[in-house]
Amino acid sequence: MWSFSNIADSIHNGLSQTFNPTVTVILEMVIAGLAVIGLFAMLGLVLVIMERKVSAWMQIRLGPNRVGPKGMLQSFADTLKLLVKEGLTPNGADKFLFNLAPFIAMIVAMLLMAPIAFAKDFQLWDLNIGVLYVSAISSIMVISILMAGWASNNKYSLMGAMRSGAQIVSYELSAGLSILSIVILTGSLKVSTIIQSQADGWWIFKGHIPAIIAFIIFIIAVTAETNRAPFDLAEAESELTAGFHTEYSGMKFALFFLAEYVNVFIVCAIGTILFLGGWMPFHIGHWEGFNHVMDYIPSSIWFFGKTFFLIFIIMWFRWTFPRLRIDQLLNLEWKYLLPISMINVLVITAMAILKWHF
Amino acid sequence: MKFITKYIKEVWLAIKSLFVGMRRTGYYFTHHKEIITQEYPDNKDSLILPKRFKGEVVMPHNENNEHRCTGCQACEIACPNGSLKVVTEFNLLENGRKKKAIDKLVYHLELCTMCNLCVEACPSDAIIMDQTFEHSVFDRNELIKVLNKPGSKIMDGVE
Amino acid sequence: MYRTTEIVNQEEGQPLEDGDMIINVGPQHPATHGVLHLVITLNGETIKKVEPHLGYIHRSIEKMCESLSYRQFIYVTSRMDYLSAHINNHACALCVEKGLEVEIPPRAQVIRVLMDELTRIASHELWWGAMAMDLGAFTPFFYAFRERESINDIMEETCGARLTMNYNVPGGVMHDLHPNFQKRVKDFIQLYKKKIHEYDEMVTGNIIFQNRMKNVGVLSAADAISYGCTGPTARGSGVSCDVRKHFPYEIYNQISFDEVLETQGDSYARYLVRIKEMQQSIRIIEQLIDNIPEGDFLTKTKAVLKLPKGEFYSQVETARGELGVYIVSEGGSTPYRIKFRSPGFSNLSVLDHIARGSKIGDLVAMMGTLDLVIPDIDR
Repeated sequence: MWSFSNIADSIHNGLSQTFNPTVTVILEMVIAGLAVIGLFAMLGLVLVIMERKVSAWMQIRLGPNRVGPKGMLQSFADTLKLLVKEGLTPNGADKFLFNLAPFIAMIVAMLLMAPIAFAKDFQLWDLNIGVLYVSAISSIMVISILMAGWASNNKYSLMGAMRSGAQIVSYELSAGLSILSIVILTGSLKVSTIIQSQADGWWIFKGHIPAIIAFIIFIIAVTAETNRAPFDLAEAESELTAGFHTEYSGMKFALFFLAEYVNVFIVCAIGTILFLGGWMPFHIGHWEGFNHVMDYIPSSIWFFGKTFFLIFIIMWFRWTFPRLRIDQLLNLEWKYLLPISMINVLVITAMAILKWHF
Repeated sequence: MKFITKYIKEVWLAIKSLFVGMRRTGYYFTHHKEIITQEYPDNKDSLILPKRFKGEVVMPHNENNEHRCTGCQACEIACPNGSLKVVTEFNLLENGRKKKAIDKLVYHLELCTMCNLCVEACPSDAIIMDQTFEHSVFDRNELIKVLNKPGSKIMDGVE
Repeated sequence: MYRTTEIVNQEEGQPLEDGDMIINVGPQHPATHGVLHLVITLNGETIKKVEPHLGYIHRSIEKMCESLSYRQFIYVTSRMDYLSAHINNHACALCVEKGLEVEIPPRAQVIRVLMDELTRIASHELWWGAMAMDLGAFTPFFYAFRERESINDIMEETCGARLTMNYNVPGGVMHDLHPNFQKRVKDFIQLYKKKIHEYDEMVTGNIIFQNRMKNVGVLSAADAISYGCTGPTARGSGVSCDVRKHFPYEIYNQISFDEVLETQGDSYARYLVRIKEMQQSIRIIEQLIDNIPEGDFLTKTKAVLKLPKGEFYSQVETARGELGVYIVSEGGSTPYRIKFRSPGFSNLSVLDHIARGSKIGDLVAMMGTLDLVIPDIDR
């Protein structure tokens, strides 16, 4: 049957027959790199049109409907416009840091792609500390935002960057604790093991209420970490015009924009892997027939379906809620989410020790 | 204990209020019939503006190329921003008397605010408001219009 | 980066404390809804001082009016508070009528009041959407515009324009009501009542919104009076100041409606006042829509209006507060001097007082609840 892992295997076999092992590895790396960049571009295009359509329908509008069939090619037009736009660097800016910041944002997003299992046996790098790697690398994102905010030499940018710093550092905690609760249940940091442990049921079902609480906290925390509404204080447009990317234009702005969307995809993919079973199909107990039908759906569709569902929920948040204030944002984290997730981790630990989960 | 129940109740009410909002946006997300957007250039044919809509000042002419303007300048006086300018001439009548008539009624669309005061002031109903509203042109001079058509005359019986 | 700071320091002669920062919000800024320029002194996120700068949209309307006749100057005032253009025109027409001592036919009075209330609802709708947008929720804006558009359609049909109607003339109104008017207003009331619960679901009941609004920008009743606040801004602090109740004009003394009062004085109270005022306006429209008296819609006046020598003052309640029109006449066909007492100017002056010590996000919320329309402030 056609699947991502078959394609990867056949490429590997084809290459290793013609080249020696070193060249094979180098070529495979190049192919993987190109694939990640391609996925990046695709995600940017798809998520932008998705966001625009979702927002339009929630706001009783039609949304983009002129370019291509039903406006589906609108994001190509947007990209073209951003590509040909002049990339300005302000006079008083720290030019090196100013131009470096968008690339750091991109590179961080790209690095995060590595441990994600897109389909069955289809993963760039199944390192044994996969989940730790993700939470470590995603913290670097804040550096690019701080860099952009500082180097822009604009007070709005600086304030946006500082807000974002406070926000990401705080919400990292509860996101980390939610991730930890699944790690406790699984007993492993390895992404493939975590997915394998959900073969008989996803953690959100197996882990009773504590897992659901951990899942909700995870969604809230990653919404905040990716700077999306209602936690978009770093770019709060009615307060700080555009926050940390006020001074950016053209392709440099597009890179920030792209990095934001790819980050949303990645955190949703992590959420899928941890709580919704990654590429595991949906099974119900002993309904053999039903389970069999579910198995026929390719694993990549399961993964992307679940991920895009989570992305939709995060977009739903954005187009419904007003923005929080900075002190309320920190209150929410330190007074509500952190205590709840700490107790939750304790409960989950007890559950894991007593084997109360299914 | 009371504190904990209060805390949980607070959290629950907060989450509930958020879900109420999400249900509303979710409703509109799935009910596309409620969309109110009008696709403007496409619905140009079906778009009917009300009769009273104030688009621009025009001077209606009948089939004999006759209008009702006597050149009394009431509109020019009534206009708050000088958009209308009446250029008069004197026609020699058969009985040897001179009669005042308009040569041109110059209308500056770029100055007009569509306040309708000229139409109200006109004693002979010579000018009305038209419903056109797409006035953008590439040259500003195109907005200076002459309302009476070339060669037009005053209608009989209008004083 | 700190060059602007130094310039401001030299001008004002008051040194900033260490860590303070001056930010120019506006005149091109999404939160100011126009060309308002606020110079904010910040310490981190906390506001130490707000200094509004005006003049970016000053068109000297008062001076312009001195060269226009009493019929003409009314249309200019649509450009002051463009969201309640009809009510502005109403105030001017009232003042001219006071000077001319003409009686307005009862039909014209009812039409004026109906239009006033429709304008008030339209204005509050826009405020609601724009305020939600200030707080970061984009979707309510579109819901508000759905209802507002149907009011605009009614206006377009009867008055001939959607925003700057110029429907009031001295002596009455310019046209009679459109035959469809009653039906369309009733349709609108139905639509409004069907959709009003969405306002609560999307904004009023939302926990984030309530936390953003409650106990923010508290304006005490004494301060509201001393700063000269009027309209919903003052009524949110418990100051009864509705011109429709205290100095009734047209037929407001024959209609039953409540003056909405809240006593908290915070942003949430001001928000509630406006939301409830919309319902009161609906109540007024419902009372009048089936009882429009027959008769003339316009008293015939002379072609050239001349006010007798003297001073004339009239006041109305716009969507933002009390609008006063003061005309000094020398007996000629144009006013000698006109002064408008616009509600926005006094309401803006309170901003510095209530914003000190709060966060930037709060400032945006406060500006939203003060409902500032910059052309009204600047004229």
